[in-house]
Amino acid sequence: MSTQDEVATERSRTVDSAMVPRQFVVTASRRDTRDTRTLELRALGDEPLAFGSGQFTMLSAFGAGEVPISISGDPTRPEVLQHTIRDVGGATRALVAASPGTMLGVRGPFGHGWQVADGRGSDIVFVAGGIGLAPLRPAILEVCADRASYGRVSLLYGARTPEDILFGPDLRVWARDHDIDVEETVDTGPHAWRGRVGLVTQLVARVAFDAAHTLALVCGPEVMMRYAAQALIHCGVTADRIRLSMERNMKCGVGLCGHCQLRELFLCVDGPVLSYDRLEPLMTRAEL
Amino acid sequence: MSSDAVGDETPRVTHTGGMAGKSDGQGPADRIIDVPGLQALVDRLIARGYTVIGPTVQSGAIVNAAITSVEELPQGWGDDQDAGHYRLRRRDDEALFGYASGAQSAKPVFFPTEEVLWRGRRTQEGFTVEPDDSAGRDAPYALLGVRSCDLSAIGIHDVVLTGRVHGDVAYAARRAAAFVVAVTCSDPGGTCFCVSMGTGPRPEQGRGAPYDLSLTELLNGGPHRFVVEVASERGADVLDEIGAGPAPAEDVVAGDAVAEEADARMGRHVDTDGLKELLYAAADSPVWDDVATRCLACGNCTAVCPTCFCTSVEDVTDLTGDLAGRTRVWDSCFDADYSWIHGGTVRATTKARYRQWMTHKLGSWIDQFGMSGCVGCGRCVTWCPAAIDITAEAAALRAAAEPDERDAGTLP
Repeated sequence: MSTQDEVATERSRTVDSAMVPRQFVVTASRRDTRDTRTLELRALGDEPLAFGSGQFTMLSAFGAGEVPISISGDPTRPEVLQHTIRDVGGATRALVAASPGTMLGVRGPFGHGWQVADGRGSDIVFVAGGIGLAPLRPAILEVCADRASYGRVSLLYGARTPEDILFGPDLRVWARDHDIDVEETVDTGPHAWRGRVGLVTQLVARVAFDAAHTLALVCGPEVMMRYAAQALIHCGVTADRIRLSMERNMKCGVGLCGHCQLRELFLCVDGPVLSYDRLEPLMTRAEL
Repeated sequence: MSSDAVGDETPRVTHTGGMAGKSDGQGPADRIIDVPGLQALVDRLIARGYTVIGPTVQSGAIVNAAITSVEELPQGWGDDQDAGHYRLRRRDDEALFGYASGAQSAKPVFFPTEEVLWRGRRTQEGFTVEPDDSAGRDAPYALLGVRSCDLSAIGIHDVVLTGRVHGDVAYAARRAAAFVVAVTCSDPGGTCFCVSMGTGPRPEQGRGAPYDLSLTELLNGGPHRFVVEVASERGADVLDEIGAGPAPAEDVVAGDAVAEEADARMGRHVDTDGLKELLYAAADSPVWDDVATRCLACGNCTAVCPTCFCTSVEDVTDLTGDLAGRTRVWDSCFDADYSWIHGGTVRATTKARYRQWMTHKLGSWIDQFGMSGCVGCGRCVTWCPAAIDITAEAAALRAAAEPDERDAGTLP
């Protein structure tokens, strides 16, 4: 290496690239629903991936492309990286197909998470739609681990059908052992379904919380999040105490590729979790 | 590579703030070189190990290319530029930098259209990850003839790509090694509006990216020559090596006059007063519907824009699937795939994509980076096949907004 190389290399070292993945190996793969699986991954070299609830990684199967996926595991157990992935395209299909022993590429963790600890001393309302329960799971586990610090806690969860309900065993444990009011609803159910049918946003009015002292964490399709936020505001929760996890196309995770922009926001860096007072003017305009 | 490039890692510039004219006695004294002197400068930079990139005439346009001789420069060529219009024209003099702006800025030099991030091989255990650090081994570039607008664009890219928590390592390596010879714009074109954006027409230390030397071309009152502003120690060293003497006082004054005359000949104008707020409030303006009837969403504007930085990432494999590479490629907010998430494209309409591009360029960029994303080079206007003019659209938005007091209301 010539001296000029060393100079340029030294200079470029001051710029930190986040574009090269770490290698992780799948240690377990669990089928959640017909199109969704949860992978457990361990870092090659075992250096854990410490993360905050609500953060995501850029996950890739070799040669098949890379996608942003929220971490669905327990933030107090960083040695196990969990991702819950729905098969919706080429890259996610390759990830869902990854069997134990498969190596995957991981970059991150990235983004601004739920910061659920801000809700200590107040009531917590989780609102999840579909696969949106996965990014909320770390925050729910965080609350369960420190349950006494929070007031009333409810989880409102809407899925398309009973077969699409994620984390069934978790839902029962959270309700039974952690005093969480878990309310489920589905868009459509078979005759045998004895639970609720309807929109998850309609459940907001059915659970008890002290609106003046509540932190609401919402994740799901954008239209569902908007209606959930409006329902929460209608019940008296202020927009700055309602947090949403936004989804956009992302190619880098660090604000360089531009894809995730929502006007002045880079959702990968400024988000994905943002409060509704910031998002409301940006979400109520079509195609912004 | 010659060893005297050692220590040339970055221009050592004292930021002296905006210097209105160059004959104000600040900084090291200006030098003077003639055309053979410019050749000596090129030779010296090559001897120092640089690949010199300068303007040439190719395919009927001014195109940056590697040069070794001043004879490759566009001597006697000017250009006519208007919305959707670009033609070279013969000048009635022998100016080497007598055109307004080339088809491309310095963007592709430091930030190429494609860049390998890493390569990998499938193995028994999974795959290997081999980061591509070849950018640090490129011959360092010396840019010759960088316009003030493009200098500001490089300054913007320095902030966007290297001034945040994570950056573009290959860009940083190329930038750190580069030598920059700027040039005063003497004949701005019909689509230029650098004066509106506060980026030109004359390079100024402390505005935009640092540079080493800045040339102002003089054709009258003596032989064809260049007043040279010295903006770095290594710039002074190179001039010492080629024996460039001090500039006569009357040449320095003549150089100032070149910049002043260019200043008064901008082809376009943008009123930047409150432009970000105007754009934010105009998200539902009918002006977007109007521009969408003309815009082809081709992305030419984003390709020629010296500040557009959006990229995509592609994984490519060989036929066996055993070798893979991940490449970062230029992308455009005008593409449908750009905003695609499972279930659909967020910005499905051309109206939404044009609004995104222009609102970002002139508005939200300010919130993100503390500066406008537009340097007024006019390329997006010139190279738009539908002759859409960002300055005219900005004026139309302002005109449409004024009657209803820029209502910032949102959709129900």
